[in-house]
Amino acid sequence: MLNWFGRKQAPKDVAKDRLRLVLMQDRLAVAPQTMEQMRDDVILAISKYVEIDRSGIEFTWKDIDRKRALVASIPVISVKRGGISNDRTAQRSY
Amino acid sequence: MSETIVITSGKGGVGKTTTCANLGVALAIQGCKVVMVDADIGLRNLDVVMGLENRIVYDLVDVVEGYCRLRQALIKDKRVDGLFLLPAAQTKDKNAVSPEQMKELMMALKEEHDFVLVDCPAGIEQGFKNAIAGADSAVIVTTPEVSAVRDADRITGLLEASGFSKPELIINRLKPKMVARGDMMDIPGILDILAIDLVGVVPDDEYIVVSTNRGEPAVLQESSRAGQAYRNIARRLMGEQVPFMDLTEKESVWEKIKRMVKLG
Repeated sequence: MLNWFGRKQAPKDVAKDRLRLVLMQDRLAVAPQTMEQMRDDVILAISKYVEIDRSGIEFTWKDIDRKRALVASIPVISVKRGGISNDRTAQRSY
Repeated sequence: MSETIVITSGKGGVGKTTTCANLGVALAIQGCKVVMVDADIGLRNLDVVMGLENRIVYDLVDVVEGYCRLRQALIKDKRVDGLFLLPAAQTKDKNAVSPEQMKELMMALKEEHDFVLVDCPAGIEQGFKNAIAGADSAVIVTTPEVSAVRDADRITGLLEASGFSKPELIINRLKPKMVARGDMMDIPGILDILAIDLVGVVPDDEYIVVSTNRGEPAVLQESSRAGQAYRNIARRLMGEQVPFMDLTEKESVWEKIKRMVKLG
């Protein structure tokens, strides 16, 4: 937070930087119900291909390099047979 | 053409009531017929800021519940022609009225006034929903502080979701000296972040405290800088093009040296 002359960043700039960050979070805020729905949809999609441990799922927002990211950690138990096949007919059967 | 304008902010203590009182008086001085509605049920204050607290007989809830006629509840200001106040109830809570009832009330007030100014309570709960219910447009008051600007952004989002196409911003309590030193956010900085139109900037003015103590809005005092800013905003609300007051202040050389020595 020091500039070229070793002086601290002006308070007005600190305010602006902090505001930008907090507003980005505010504006991207999603209702808990929507988050749950999104989580369920993601689980449904992934479950077509792999068997997952539902109790160990983490599904949250993280702020990475001043950007908001949706981070999902989904423990996989096993891969379903045919699930990751390149064969299009195999995929269609689900 | 009459208009209902809600004065809101999200955060408390940024000057909504003071803004409402001053704009009401300034619009009436310009010859408009104005009614100010205190929508802060349970925590009314517009009456004391206006110096009309001793003249309240009926209030907004009495009107809505049919205990009196609308005209009986309106307090006529004796200093300016064409200025009225509809006080909030002090002993009821904000659930005493519904958005539908507020809409109806606003429609009735619009019939007889050029401007209906609604003083919105702080927060985003029922009181806010009631206050915006019957309004045509919205003015958001903020101060150059992180918390107030953040809340102004939240309110902008909520207003837009409720169908207000272009809320306008008043930046209150700007301290030009602090801006010159880089200690306070400047006007372009705030506008850059909020991305809404500016309708006025009110400089910080000690006279506001005096005027609130006396119950005489600052616009009645010719020499008040804040009063001048409010007079300008009132004319802009009437559709006039009024140049913004020059609030830039240069730091003196001595002040600059002092600051550099302290921070360097």
